[in-house]
Amino acid sequence: MDMELEATLRPPEYPMEPYPAKVITLATGGKMVVRQVDRDVVPILLEAVRPAMEVERDYYDIVAARLYAELLGWSRYRVKDEFCIIGQIDGLLVGIVNSRMYSPILGISLHTLAIERGLRIGAHLFAAKMEHHIEYLGQEEVLITAESPIGFRRWMIEYGLEKRDGQHELGGATPFALTRELYFNNKERLVAGERPVPAKLMEVAEREIKVASEDDILEKILGAKRRKIQ
Amino acid sequence: MRPVVVSGVGMIPFERRDEDSLVDMMAMAGLRAMDDAGLGDRPVDSVYVGNMASGLFNHQVSVASALVDRLSLMPAAADRVENGPASGGSAVKNGFLAVASGFNDVVLVIGGEKMREVIGPRATDIVACMTHPLAEYIYGVTLPAMAGMFTRLYMEKYGVTRKHLTEVAVKNQENGLLNPYAHIQMKITMEGTLTHPQAHVNNPVVADPIHLYDCCPVSDGAAAVLLTTEEIAKELSKPSVYIAGVGQATDTHTLQERSDPTELKAVQIASQKAFEMAELTPQDIDVAELHDAFTILEIAESEQAGFFPLGEGGKAVDAGETRIGGSLPINPSGGLKARGHPVGATGVAQVVELVWQLRNEAGEHQVEDASKGFSLNFGGFGNNVLAFVLRREG
Repeated sequence: MDMELEATLRPPEYPMEPYPAKVITLATGGKMVVRQVDRDVVPILLEAVRPAMEVERDYYDIVAARLYAELLGWSRYRVKDEFCIIGQIDGLLVGIVNSRMYSPILGISLHTLAIERGLRIGAHLFAAKMEHHIEYLGQEEVLITAESPIGFRRWMIEYGLEKRDGQHELGGATPFALTRELYFNNKERLVAGERPVPAKLMEVAEREIKVASEDDILEKILGAKRRKIQ
Repeated sequence: MRPVVVSGVGMIPFERRDEDSLVDMMAMAGLRAMDDAGLGDRPVDSVYVGNMASGLFNHQVSVASALVDRLSLMPAAADRVENGPASGGSAVKNGFLAVASGFNDVVLVIGGEKMREVIGPRATDIVACMTHPLAEYIYGVTLPAMAGMFTRLYMEKYGVTRKHLTEVAVKNQENGLLNPYAHIQMKITMEGTLTHPQAHVNNPVVADPIHLYDCCPVSDGAAAVLLTTEEIAKELSKPSVYIAGVGQATDTHTLQERSDPTELKAVQIASQKAFEMAELTPQDIDVAELHDAFTILEIAESEQAGFFPLGEGGKAVDAGETRIGGSLPINPSGGLKARGHPVGATGVAQVVELVWQLRNEAGEHQVEDASKGFSLNFGGFGNNVLAFVLRREG
């Protein structure tokens, strides 16, 4: 590798505060550990993202394909100031969100992929990345767009986001923004989680990121559609 | 009137069925009911189709004509029956009358709705079209909003608590896990939906005091029953389950016109009529399928249909009396809460479930030794209600 050229191709990075892990009690009573992960686990995450690239329902294919590229680009130092947060239940990966800093004050929300559905996993993880942008990275505003109707309902409607001019870097529909004020107005209602994560739960989460089989992932995303009785 | 037997039943899993059209779904359920009965080449005289709003959900009307062609049942008579969320129950009643009166010998009743073709808020709006256009709808009322107001009044009058409501949701989702036809296949807990300090994030308010898990899902689905005379039933393959009682009653269109909105007169009268016709009482019933579009309705209906005294329904849930294995299992299928509520299908699906229960074919959610069942299909906000009593022979 030509290190001089590589240094040119790698974007400079802002120092970023780490996101402290938390645990969320789900409707099932299950405990989801929500934690930031580093580049070294990206190959594991990609295993979980790959099957979703073939699911047309709810635009999973678009979200998964873009998330795949973003994680890959981040792991090989081609995306600037990206971060990734995952959700795990008993070590099993149930959702992934990613985002990045555009500037010290402006965040860009990238994607939210819920592998387990019907438990607000996506909503909880989206809230976690907003929490990171506003509370730990100290940003003033996060630009958000949606590729699916579910995303639009979860982000634009539930948070009452403000419309912005211009474009989100993903292209697509009108960008919306979560401001600090909006975040704190909605925090009690939409942002869950307790800290610190009990040591045993954290140990299970960190020991291994378990990825469901491709069939299981498709079944989780498609709901009961693939069950035996049709 | 001639005795009427449910000789065959069929259902498809309720869920989001993007790949199937409304007519596809209803045809699948209908074929299963005919196969279940072992009908063979015997002709079907009439087809009654319970459907609330195919014109609005799917931009398709005359679905009964389309369905009879899809099933190659011509020249059978075919009618669509629309009665809001009680369309399925009304279709069963019409089929019952056709056989009981001697007009027909073999009738296929199919209920179906494909609601997931539109987004959630649009589905809520379409269902809200059943409210009074000038006294309710224009003020933005929705069915969850009505349920919220009803729940608040019921809590104040009868001491129902959010714990009681959540217990209904937890029970019915547990039952749904045992039913392969149920839309919602997920266990929930009191901790995750009520008692944990952050449970409100998982289970947000929809229309105070109604929360997310107090509401049924929006589903696609279809169910069917084949009704025949007693004589024909004896020639077919399944044990005879009779429709022993049918009751129907109406109430004011608007809730505000009722002297006491917590009093569900149509539920009381329809249930009473069904029990009288069957010559049975609520105490004779082994299993009930009630219309729990919202958790409060299971409690209120269980009282006003006569199973528990007023104010005791919540306590019965709390005591586990309505669980499978309790003194009166209610909604062992998971009810609308977990099986789902494709509106036109629901009243038929309730009868299908009772037939499975009375034939001892309900699998993991079987109620032991059930021989008499009751179903209640609640239309509008209690302004058009159907009740059925089913009895297994022998």
